[in-house]
Amino acid sequence: MIKIISEWIIPILVFIIPFYGIIKNVKVYEVFIDGAKEGISVVVKIFPALVAMLVAIGVLRASGALDLLGKFLMPLTNKIGMSQELVPLALIRPLSGSGALGIATEIIKTHGADSLIGKMASAMYGSTETTFYVLAVYYGAVGIKKMRHSVISGIFADIVAILSCVFYSRLFF
Amino acid sequence: MINYIWFFMIAIGVLVGIINGRMAEVSKAIIDSAQTAVAISIGLVGVMSLWLGIMKIADKSGLTDIIAKLLKPTIMRLFPDVPKDHPAISAMIMNISANILGLGNAATPFGIKAMEYLQELNKKDSASNAMCRFLVINTASIQLIPTVMIGIRASLGAKNPADFVIVSVLSTSTALVAGLILNKYLEKMPIFKE
Repeated sequence: MIKIISEWIIPILVFIIPFYGIIKNVKVYEVFIDGAKEGISVVVKIFPALVAMLVAIGVLRASGALDLLGKFLMPLTNKIGMSQELVPLALIRPLSGSGALGIATEIIKTHGADSLIGKMASAMYGSTETTFYVLAVYYGAVGIKKMRHSVISGIFADIVAILSCVFYSRLFF
Repeated sequence: MINYIWFFMIAIGVLVGIINGRMAEVSKAIIDSAQTAVAISIGLVGVMSLWLGIMKIADKSGLTDIIAKLLKPTIMRLFPDVPKDHPAISAMIMNISANILGLGNAATPFGIKAMEYLQELNKKDSASNAMCRFLVINTASIQLIPTVMIGIRASLGAKNPADFVIVSVLSTSTALVAGLILNKYLEKMPIFKE
């Protein structure tokens, strides 16, 4: 079932969305071209962060520092069933979206996109938001100074998301 | 914040490299990593363009409105403290719908608009309960089509670039429910009063 959904999701979306567009009289081809134009600029925007984070993680890995951190956190990561490789990603995710993307990319590249760790990293990146950025932008926009309980609730949601990722990944992959 | 983190990642890496005598490996890793970023980005351009094209069709054909219609009853129940016909409701719905479709750039303006409307009801510099709830929903926002990650996985040779979506959607849903429950509990506590 899971296998079928994950194999079908891309072709179905690529079919259903233009199909619905045709029904609604949208000029699907022209609109597609217009949207696709933005692809390069999105990548251009991501690229510098990708370089910065791939290099930083590359240094940590090649020097042996990542192994040290992993050994240090082993008691904790073993308890929750999380691979130590994912610790840096979990730590950076709420702080920087592009940074987390860089780290996730490095993990996927090192362990393979179809490995358990690679899939966990992908799901982890996809399931949490840049909590601190969201809080700063939205409260900043309307001049709110006291964020009250939203900070704790937001971080709690991040922790739950990361633990759930580990749990569901082990269940499904 | 991220400035210090990035700096310390490199500083610690170099220091440990010196101690372990692995400077040759570190040196190679630095150059290789920078080049890897180029290879990944080139692979990403194609997939990103594809999804942005498809999502533009979704946007233009009003698919966002359908999701908005489906979400409306839930949002109204989640925000009993916001009047039913207040524009804050529709701005929040549009924000959440755009997030679900992975239209991050479209979601933020709606989100800020929603905050402005919520602030009209609030009028203080301390966040209202509704604002906190709205932001928890935003920090744990479900994304059905995580375009960037699908692109990255595709460019790194995944057999099935979208296979993680089920896990990520389930995890976010769990986090969303957990976040909202804690939020509801905390909003009544005296230390967090408005």
